[in-house]
Amino acid sequence: MWRCLLLAAIAAAAQAQSDPAVGRKIFESQCALCHGQTGGGGRGPALNRPKLPRAPDDAALRTIISEGIPPDMPASWQLHPSEVMGLAVYVRSLGALTPEVLPGDPTRGARLYESKGCPACHIVSGKGTGFGPELSTVGARRSAAYLKQTVLSPAANLPEGFQYVAVTPASGPATRGIRVNEDSFTIQLKDSAGRFHSFRKSELRELHRLEKESPMPAYAGQLSPAELDDLVSYLAGLKEKS
Amino acid sequence: MKWWAALLTVSAFGQVPFDRIVNSAKEPENWLTYSGTYLGHRYSPLTELTPANVSTLRVKWAYQMDSRAQVSPIVADGVMYVTGPNSAAALDLRTGRPLWKWSRPLPKDYQSIGFGRVNRGPAILDNTIFVATLDCYLVALDAQSGVERWSSKVEDYKVGYSMTLAPLAIRGKVLVGVSGGEAGIRGFVDAYDARTGARAWRFYTIPGPGEAGHNSWSEESWKTGGGSTWVTGSYDPETNTVYWGVGNPGPDWNPDSRPGDNLYTCSLLALDGDTGKLKWHFQFTPHDSHDWDSAHVPILFEADVRGTHRKLVAVANRNAFYYALDRATGEFVAGRPYAKQTWAKGLDDRGRPIVIPGTEPSEQGTLVWPNLNGATVWFSPAYSPKTDLLYVAVREIASIYFKRHAEYQPATFFAGGGEASAPGTPVSGAIRALDAATGQMRWEFPLNSAPWAGVLATGGGLVFSGSDEGNFFALDAKTGKPLWDFQTGGRIAANPISFGIDGSQCVAVAAGTVLYVFGR
Repeated sequence: MWRCLLLAAIAAAAQAQSDPAVGRKIFESQCALCHGQTGGGGRGPALNRPKLPRAPDDAALRTIISEGIPPDMPASWQLHPSEVMGLAVYVRSLGALTPEVLPGDPTRGARLYESKGCPACHIVSGKGTGFGPELSTVGARRSAAYLKQTVLSPAANLPEGFQYVAVTPASGPATRGIRVNEDSFTIQLKDSAGRFHSFRKSELRELHRLEKESPMPAYAGQLSPAELDDLVSYLAGLKEKS
Repeated sequence: MKWWAALLTVSAFGQVPFDRIVNSAKEPENWLTYSGTYLGHRYSPLTELTPANVSTLRVKWAYQMDSRAQVSPIVADGVMYVTGPNSAAALDLRTGRPLWKWSRPLPKDYQSIGFGRVNRGPAILDNTIFVATLDCYLVALDAQSGVERWSSKVEDYKVGYSMTLAPLAIRGKVLVGVSGGEAGIRGFVDAYDARTGARAWRFYTIPGPGEAGHNSWSEESWKTGGGSTWVTGSYDPETNTVYWGVGNPGPDWNPDSRPGDNLYTCSLLALDGDTGKLKWHFQFTPHDSHDWDSAHVPILFEADVRGTHRKLVAVANRNAFYYALDRATGEFVAGRPYAKQTWAKGLDDRGRPIVIPGTEPSEQGTLVWPNLNGATVWFSPAYSPKTDLLYVAVREIASIYFKRHAEYQPATFFAGGGEASAPGTPVSGAIRALDAATGQMRWEFPLNSAPWAGVLATGGGLVFSGSDEGNFFALDAKTGKPLWDFQTGGRIAANPISFGIDGSQCVAVAAGTVLYVFGR
């Protein structure tokens, strides 16, 4: 139902007046939680850039504001078309700000990425293993601060919908894995070797949802502050697939 | 061959007069009206499928629709009738092969304001199939050929009126209601002469000047007050009474321009089938500001209440409360929450909610359970006269309600706000079995997410429903124990039905864009 409400809202937006002051107020109260108070990013990508890859023009930006990007970014069809317009103008104004300069050397960071074993679980530009999330464009989706926190303590910043699960079938070995899919009767997991497992819930003796756990090791204490800066600057620079 | 299979042979290609629909329980191999019976039960008396053998169900055939399918088919005399948006088809009941197809072009300037481009089913009466269209026409098709007999304009789609519901065919008349509660319409229930398509009566859900209830609106607000009627009602043939739910007031989330109870929005209406005259009304959510339409199929049943045998009508409402009312007077008999809700302390002696202050939508957003789609919505509940339980698919979900300025412009979204998902709040669903007379929960079967599928109960002691992740499943009607499930591969947002093919009980449900028929 709401999708259609939305289309109506978008259609009307073209005729509405825009007001960046209105946009700023909405941004700071409803968007900043993920995108940072001044658009520097966080759980969501930084928006203080001249080019937004998903929003090449203002119409596309308004559409994204209204419809969201499932499953991570919620739709905001509660906003009046004029508010969406004002918000879009404000988001564009963030791009005129000077971008954050990161400490650290991305070239050294790339070497650390290899030597610390990250490709054993992640793929960057086609290389690596697909157990964990692909990181080819992670710098476009997450801020440097978010990336830093995740490297230090992965379980503190679990992605939306992510769940690490431990199951014990009535017969057969216990298994741990990332939840790949789930419905009311079944659950599918991917273990650390990349193997898929499918279970009927009725055949499980135990199903533990390991809230606040991640299969990724925490790198707090494993990297020097300088190494951490290098690694983060490498990851934050991964904005487009090469 | 079962006894009713022999009947099927006799009545093949016969007509479906009113009396056959009234007595639909006597021919359970067919499914002759939206809810299976006029009483809204979505109950099949067939007993072949039982908890002991339901695990042997398998797909018999599937039919590919052109778009998202929410159809509840009609089955009559070896033919299944299905609809999509502005389309219909007759299918061979044995194979699913089309016998005829019909469609009506959708005008290029048509827009759905506040709902999906779907259709929830046809109606049948005598030898005619009735279809309600998105561009707000009621169309009569010859059941044997799909040829159009007549079409009647119900209202102007250009200002936001539309129809997605299955019509309700009663004696000599076809009833429809309209969508458009987010477009500032003035809702109504209409009846049309089944033979000619001439309008027999109209009941406006928002009273005009001089009519009772008009003073529950202020100034001109009644003109754009909403009160859509977008879900098929039920019917009591004994008293010739139509029971029909009414949608939200407009603008949805900003009630400032419409102080008062806003009758008859968020109400159940009891209307005379011949004249459309109001017999009584019961308002569930006075002065609603959360979009909690009372767009549900009312369930008509009988029960002993404190030692007295009573005829009742029950509604599991979008506002998360369950209500049992006297069928003849609308008197409140029982009510209680059946899902999590945070907007009312409870119901008073007359069934009026005791609203908790500060739960209205606001500029900064107000967190409330349930969300705008409610604890349940258009998809049907079921009632089994064998268990006296009412089965309802329940959504446990909160949202943050926002209030915004609203200004009416024809053919635009007139909502005054909206909702956003509430981060960090759990979302789930369930099939719940409620004592029909009291609303007390007897069992529940938990679901992985908030559902969009209706429920079917059967005489063999089963309850069927579906999940948002595509599971179609059977539960024990007495205990809720899961007995069988099938992954359809598509989101289920439709009502299941049951009928017979060659003397064997089958169950059908739409999932994604596919209609599945299951049998043993």
